[in-house]
Amino acid sequence: MSAVADKLMFNRRQFLIAGSGVAGSLILGLPLVASGSEDSDRMIGFFVQIDPDGRVIIGSNQPEIGQGVRTALPMLVAEELDVEWSNVSFREMPLGIVKTADGYTWKYGGQGVGGSTGLTSNFDYMRQVGATARGQLIKAAANRLGVPEAQCSTKPGVVICSALGTEIPYGELVAEASQLPLPEESPALKATDDYRIVGSQRKTIDARDIVTGKTKYGIDTVRPDMRYAVIARAPVLNATVKSFDDSEARKIAGVLDVFTIDGPEPGAPYVILASGVAVVATSTWIAMKGRDALRIEWNESPNASDSSERFWSENEEMLKGEGQVVLDDGDFSAAIEAADKVVTHQYRVPFVSHAPLEPQNCYAHVEEDRCHIIAPTQMPSGASRAAASVTGLPREDIQVDFTRVGGGFGRRLTNDYVAEAAMISMHTGWPIKLQWSREDDVQNDFYRPGGLHEMQAGLDDSGKVTAWTQRLASGSKYYRRPDMPDERLFGAELYVDDFPRRIVENVRMEYFHNAIGLPRGSWRAPAHTANAFVIQSFIDEIAHETGQDPLQLRLDLLGEGRELEYGGHGGPTFNPGRLTRLTKFVAEQIDYGKELPPGRGIGLATHFTFGGYAAHAIEVSVEDGVLTIERIVAAIDCGLAVHPNAVEAQLQGGTIDGISTALGLEITVKDGQVQQSNFHDYPLARIAAFPSLFESHILPYDDKPTGVGEMGIPSAAPALTNAIFAATGIRIRSLPIGDQLERTT
Amino acid sequence: MLSFKINSKAVTFDGDENTPLLWVIRDELNMTGTKFGCGVGQCGACTVHVNGDARRSCITPVNAVDGETITTIEGLAPSEEMLHPVQQAWLEHDVPQCGFCQAGQIMATVDFLKRHPNPSDKDIDDNMSNICRCGTYVRIRKAIHRAAELVAAEEQS
Repeated sequence: MSAVADKLMFNRRQFLIAGSGVAGSLILGLPLVASGSEDSDRMIGFFVQIDPDGRVIIGSNQPEIGQGVRTALPMLVAEELDVEWSNVSFREMPLGIVKTADGYTWKYGGQGVGGSTGLTSNFDYMRQVGATARGQLIKAAANRLGVPEAQCSTKPGVVICSALGTEIPYGELVAEASQLPLPEESPALKATDDYRIVGSQRKTIDARDIVTGKTKYGIDTVRPDMRYAVIARAPVLNATVKSFDDSEARKIAGVLDVFTIDGPEPGAPYVILASGVAVVATSTWIAMKGRDALRIEWNESPNASDSSERFWSENEEMLKGEGQVVLDDGDFSAAIEAADKVVTHQYRVPFVSHAPLEPQNCYAHVEEDRCHIIAPTQMPSGASRAAASVTGLPREDIQVDFTRVGGGFGRRLTNDYVAEAAMISMHTGWPIKLQWSREDDVQNDFYRPGGLHEMQAGLDDSGKVTAWTQRLASGSKYYRRPDMPDERLFGAELYVDDFPRRIVENVRMEYFHNAIGLPRGSWRAPAHTANAFVIQSFIDEIAHETGQDPLQLRLDLLGEGRELEYGGHGGPTFNPGRLTRLTKFVAEQIDYGKELPPGRGIGLATHFTFGGYAAHAIEVSVEDGVLTIERIVAAIDCGLAVHPNAVEAQLQGGTIDGISTALGLEITVKDGQVQQSNFHDYPLARIAAFPSLFESHILPYDDKPTGVGEMGIPSAAPALTNAIFAATGIRIRSLPIGDQLERTT
Repeated sequence: MLSFKINSKAVTFDGDENTPLLWVIRDELNMTGTKFGCGVGQCGACTVHVNGDARRSCITPVNAVDGETITTIEGLAPSEEMLHPVQQAWLEHDVPQCGFCQAGQIMATVDFLKRHPNPSDKDIDDNMSNICRCGTYVRIRKAIHRAAELVAAEEQS
């Protein structure tokens, strides 16, 4: 998923236009120009506004889901604009969709966050916005002073002409600057060494609003005449409403309307997840009470017998046969035949739910000729598409506002709850806010796919790995995607260019699809979370079974720095030497190899995720089956760390997410029903699970940033389970860890 | 008719007396700083103070606070300019990621520090049970220790 998917086609001349806005401010933004057409109507898309008093307001065009993009992108603009960070504030921007003669185009560029691309896809663009604005201010000052532009420069917030000894604050230049034509040439950008804001420690731009309760999330939307809605969704996957009795519900004062919501066809692509019955009321609580009072009969579902038990035994059976060979480098079979030693193990990775803390919600007001959506979403353009598909309205007549989001993790890449809200508003004609309960959320998700992995490696008599295979039976994330042929389902689960391709000579990957009815989707760092666990556990096992040291085997395999071809997301290359550096670093920090008392152990893991690199070293103790995480060392190499404070936060959060999930999270199905419902049986880890000895390190590399939102997750779980093995000799091959240690000791 | 004080303001409620306090605060009083996360008292995003003690408002029926004094995140700071020491510590350590749970974390911490003015890590582990899905626990831990210092300094001055 890329934020640039819907990117406006523009050339340099079309890139920026300036104008004077409210109170004589300088406003810079992206002009509306239909791709390939020079003469279309133009509009200013707000990006940066400099007020006469010198304050700078920078438009935030990307959804803030906690990853820090609302701070990081303005940092890029402010760097090149050359202003004091303390004078910068931000303003939320809506979805900038406009219809032109050539189709839809985007006033503010692509808007959406997924795949850790929010920063990288805007890195050049935001700096150019800032540099162009600075250039206009210099030009205005040079004109006023009657000197060549070359004699003028800037210091924060001020144009200076040292020849004349004159200084003019930006605020005094905005009126003139806004009248000047923009240059044809791209402005020169700063050298990395000259950065003053980029790479510096900055706090979250709107943290004060958060800690005082002022920040508005989607759930906080209150609009005139707004009603409140909930939906009773089918408890069995793909079941539909047969009939319902709402007589008791309608007796509750404040219940306004009750009606059926039609769900998708089983197995077909979906806009919403489930059939159900909507209840609209004068408050959230009354709507919930109304829902509780409904008596609904459901039609038999084709998935009524789906169960986790069957899913896992089917996976086992599948792995006994031959699957779809999706990668076949060298000659795996011959290499395994010739191997001196062969190691084989299976690993099980469960389905898990996103469970963002803000339950899904959406405000919708559908009118005859327009629609207004306010939603916490990672993909505002998807929200627009969802509302359009429900209402039939042209997308340019659908206004989408998006709020700070109470957690994304990939759940809000899908806008099913937006479509539901639009359905309810369209049916009633009222402005409504749809509210999901936690139970709705846990039981109606696009889960991370579960799968059973079989790994096999062959080694020569020197202990070198010469053959490697990963065979996976799983439910593909691409299930129910429109126009998705079966032979491409593997692509979401096996990233063929991942380690150890191009490192081990003979590599084969096989895929088996198991079509359980659980919906699947993108869960933070999608298949990397499963594959890093499997691969990094397996390397440990190879090391132990062939008398090698797990650290040394990793270093031998990863080797020196070199760019390997990488065709997947995060490419075009993968440099295993960057993992070598991180692995060595975390091992040194935690004093790997030191003498440890019985019941203590250190585990290592490292992984390349969507262009970024991370490693973990974790020390644990296990006593009477009780696991204590004693110390965590996490390190990330994200190239240039633009907003290091947020990089550290994402590394901490990703690590904790990975560990929390490995400790106790699993979604299971019985008789077609999801068995978990809330945090008592889907127990996100609490603060006590994590030690105060928690170190996060950023290892700089080069001058280009990679994303950071997903890189901290994948290697956390295998570092933990490798540590458990080092401490106890117990190998965790099935996640979550749950009570396996208690049962084994 | 129920009446109670919320952030020093007297309010009344004449709806269903079993309505959870959370939904009265959010939907009737339109004060949205207090969050809905689970509805069953598990996550603590809805934490408010009733007569100064932390309470999970999603499982507190409004009739249980008749005549009582409620404080929410909006009423915690002494003034617009001056934050509560716990809020201040949260800013110093830049705790929030998505931020959704933080009102509840802060309200829980204020109560926790009343009982454990000089907390150990174990005190934190044993008493702080609010969920943060983003995993800001590393900074929450540091911010709690910092807040304890700030509260102590405030009491000395």
